[in-house]
Amino acid sequence: MTKPLLHIEKLVKRFGGLTATDHADLSVEKGKIHALIGPNGAGKTTLIAQISGAMPSDSGRIVFARHDITKMTMDERARLGLVRSYQITSIFGRLSVLENIALAVQAIEGSSFRFWSSARSEKERYEKAHAVAQRVGLGTRLTQLAQALSHGEQRQLEVGLALASRPQLLLLDEPMAGMGPEETERMVGLLDSLRGETTVVLVEHDMDAVFKLADKISVLVFGKVIASGNAQEIKDNPSVKVAYLGDDFQHLNVSQVTP
Amino acid sequence: MADLKPVPSVLEHTLQLRWSLPFLALLLALPLAAYSVGDTFYVGMATRVLVFALAASSLNLILGFGGMVSFGHAAFLGIGAYSVAILMQNGIASAWIAWPLAILLTALVSLLIGWVSLRTQGVYFIMITLAFAQMLYYLVISLKAYGGDDGLSLAARSSVGGGIDLSNDVHLYYLSLGALVMAMVFMVRLLNARFGHALQAIRENEVRMTALGFAVFRYKLAAFTLAGAVAGLAGVLFANLNGFVSPAMMQWSQSGMLMMMVILGGVGHLYGGVIGAIAFLLLEEFLSHYTMHWQLGLGAVLLAVVLFAPNGITSLLKRKASHD
Repeated sequence: MTKPLLHIEKLVKRFGGLTATDHADLSVEKGKIHALIGPNGAGKTTLIAQISGAMPSDSGRIVFARHDITKMTMDERARLGLVRSYQITSIFGRLSVLENIALAVQAIEGSSFRFWSSARSEKERYEKAHAVAQRVGLGTRLTQLAQALSHGEQRQLEVGLALASRPQLLLLDEPMAGMGPEETERMVGLLDSLRGETTVVLVEHDMDAVFKLADKISVLVFGKVIASGNAQEIKDNPSVKVAYLGDDFQHLNVSQVTP
Repeated sequence: MADLKPVPSVLEHTLQLRWSLPFLALLLALPLAAYSVGDTFYVGMATRVLVFALAASSLNLILGFGGMVSFGHAAFLGIGAYSVAILMQNGIASAWIAWPLAILLTALVSLLIGWVSLRTQGVYFIMITLAFAQMLYYLVISLKAYGGDDGLSLAARSSVGGGIDLSNDVHLYYLSLGALVMAMVFMVRLLNARFGHALQAIRENEVRMTALGFAVFRYKLAAFTLAGAVAGLAGVLFANLNGFVSPAMMQWSQSGMLMMMVILGGVGHLYGGVIGAIAFLLLEEFLSHYTMHWQLGLGAVLLAVVLFAPNGITSLLKRKASHD
């Protein structure tokens, strides 16, 4: 077995008396789409925050691409190729779509301690940004201000910003949040096209999307990873069933989804 | 690619030469006009405006473009000014030695203050920069050898050589104008360069910039230090203009005044500091002719600007331009 790209060991995060992440273990293999699911309040967003570096961990270890990144800041991790997107859209509202993505390219290409030569004259960077915009379906919206985009388009831009850094690992926090069925379908298509190219950790509530996309699924309950496996293994896992009892997962389990 | 044609953007700025060049010509002609009517008072007054335009512009760099509301900017002005005065008292009158030293010292102090302050956000940042400035204010008061509370007179203006004689008001005026023009050219280049784009994007969304991989703290610290150094230069010129430095110029009210200039002129507009300084000082001059309570009138104007033109005087000019 090859070394996993991302390996998490006994990770802990406490908020006062609450243990939001409770000795969580997780291994993400390179090139896979790895879904992280769990009932509301299971600690998915907290775990994403810890992996991305937005939140320090109380104990445990995070190893990414052979680097121990547990103590690294968020921007250091991003420069290593571990980039996240946000559940609540976080874009540059007053900048155009192209400028948004061009900034993401700027983050990883060359120093930004350049005080004199025009940033706009970097044709290559803007062309790369253009290509990313096309990839996420915003190729015709380049000059539009981000704040003027529809919700679905803003979600596409959100993913585009993360994607533009050509990350080794993409942490996507509910990319389909608040999307209509058509937009969701487009996003699923986009994420599907990333398979093999980049590794994805996907937190998502939309079970249809998860079962369609994920090579591997891990289930988080009360801050613990209680099961990891392919779709069928997860569906057959008794403790997962218990955790989801009453949730629509049961109902999905019966007929609708075939991996 | 047709799509890549530049479009107006909040990241990009121009010198707007169409009206800034004629205005510069006016400024260049001002001493001639003043001398031809025999009223040299206005040269000194105009130099004061230029110096504050420089100081306010440096504040605008961090406040307007970097989103850092620093309430201690006058301290940097003071360090620049005091450096010149103290060196002068110790026999170093040469601008070639004293000025770089003054600017370097200001840059160093702002680097240290920024290094601590920029770990905080919002109101805490405002308070901590204010606190640092007050510390420096009291430090200067305690320098009894250099006048303490009473301030310190300069024996003469700095000596430059090469045909430039700063004891001549006109020379000092043109030197200040040159400094301001250079600062503006540098500022527009900086804002349109990678650094400026990063800085302004940090103002727009700091968390996302971190998530993208920008070491946000470093960019903010660099801008803070740079702004401090330019304020130091303004302080150097100010000390030469007045021939006198005192703790009063480092007081929090002076920092507040610089902030008011930026707000009046236009936060995050290239010329916000310049226009703000001109408007503020001319209003002060005008109103103080009529009443000793000129601050009241100034307050009313500031209130009106904040209420009716929240982006400052420049936004009024822009609005007019788009109607034309």
